[in-house]
This record gives sequence, structure tokens and C-alpha cells, in this order.
Amino acid sequence: MKQTMLVAVAGALFGAGLALGGMTNPAKVVGFLDLFGAWDPSLAFVMGGALLVTVPTFFFSKTRKLAWSGSTLTEPSARQIDSRLVSGAVLFGIGWGIYGLCPGPAVANLWTLNPEFIAFVVSMVVGLLVARKASA
Amino acid sequence: MEYLLSLAGGVLIGIAALVMWLGLGRIMGMSSITGGVIWEKGHERIWRLWFVVATIVGAFAVSHLMGIAPSEAIRSGWVWPVIAGLLVGFGTGIGSGCTSGHGVCGIGRLSPRSIIATCVFMASGIATVAVMRIVMGG
Repeated sequence: MKQTMLVAVAGALFGAGLALGGMTNPAKVVGFLDLFGAWDPSLAFVMGGALLVTVPTFFFSKTRKLAWSGSTLTEPSARQIDSRLVSGAVLFGIGWGIYGLCPGPAVANLWTLNPEFIAFVVSMVVGLLVARKASA
Repeated sequence: MEYLLSLAGGVLIGIAALVMWLGLGRIMGMSSITGGVIWEKGHERIWRLWFVVATIVGAFAVSHLMGIAPSEAIRSGWVWPVIAGLLVGFGTGIGSGCTSGHGVCGIGRLSPRSIIATCVFMASGIATVAVMRIVMGG
């Protein structure tokens, strides 16, 4: 119950932050990526604001073993910088640049019930499933 | 003002990541959370589903409160969202993360792997926008 509450609070803050910061607006995202055109730097402030919180959070929780819920803090174990990481990031960047949506904002935008945004999320889930099959 | 709103939005996203980490010991990565709604079972599926629903509700609520217009697509038709969605899903799937997992949390942890991934997808996105502008004229 407590865990569900925490997840709901985190999810709501995440969605609110994405919308407030402009990350859910594809035109703005593409403007941010348009470094060689009419560059709109505002989304750098979204990343900056998030890191203002996450860098100290992770730094000061290094010695912490348990979360508020009692579960263990499990940092991702992967360390290697390999071709999967890089090629995945390249493909993700292409999709992001084409349509101006990354996974968080794509999901957050579902409230608009825009059928093209729904098609994006469905395709994204298919892509995630294919990647999972390919990795298995 | 626009920059302040972006900064405030970023801080909210950071606090969301803080709650997921300190509260539940989880990394807030939207690509794996979304995928997990499909392939996880039981409790592991349920909390991811809650996160997804709460994200949608949070975006809806703040858009209405702040009078932010619903986002509109930059390209019309079905082909672009399908191609881009497949690329984003497959890419974040094999690359183990997206803007939230690698960008917000991974860089927050100072993980070299996430810093590299973020630089690569940013560079790839910048190159794609530049190419699209030349090819499509916008």
C-alpha cells in the first residue's frame, strides 16, 4: 500500500514535470535538438533541474542499504560500454529526432488521446519487445 | 519565465527520481517501466502500471492547471509515429535506457555508461534533426 502510494506520487510528479518543463511538446524537443538551426536551449534547464536533485540524491545515498519501503537499493550492475549500448542510443536518438518524443513524454501525452501519439507508444512497446527477444 | 518553468519541471522530474530511489530502491527509467508493464508479472507489473497511469494523470493535471495546450505532432500521418516509435522502443531496449534512466538517473549516479549513452543519443538526435531539415525542409 505504502509502496503503491510512493509510486503514484513519483509518477504524478514525473508526468507533471515533463508537461511543465515542455518535454511533452515535440516541437520544443526538436527545437532543442536543432543545434544548427533555431536552437531553443530551454530543455537544457529541464535536464539541469533534474540533475540538481538527482546528483546529490545518489551521492548522499551511497552508504544507504534500504529504501523507505524496506526494499534494497539496487543500482544497475551493468558497467560495460559496448556496441549494444552505443547502437541502441544511436537508434533511439534517430527516433527521438524524427518525432520529438522519448518514452516518458510519449506516455505522459497519452492523456491527449491523440491517435498518432497512441500509435507512437504502441510502436514503442513493440520495439521494446523486439529488443527484449533479440537480447534473450 | 520559460526557462524558469523548464527548471521547475526538471526539479519535479528529479524529485520523482528521488522518490523512486530512496522510497523504493528503483531507478526511474521510463523505457523499462513501460516495457515491464507488458512482460513483468504480478507485483512487478502492478507497480509499473501504477507509475504509467500516474504519469499520464500528472501530465493531464498540470496541463489543465497551468493552461498548457495539448501537445501536437510535428509530422502528420501514421508513418512517422510508427517508425519513430519502433526506433525509440528498440533503441532504448537494446541500449538499456532513455532520457530518464540514462539521462536523469544514470548521469545522477555519475555512471560512465549512462553519460556515454546520453551523449550518443543527444548527438544522434541533433544529427537526425539536421538531416530531416535538409531532406524534408523542416
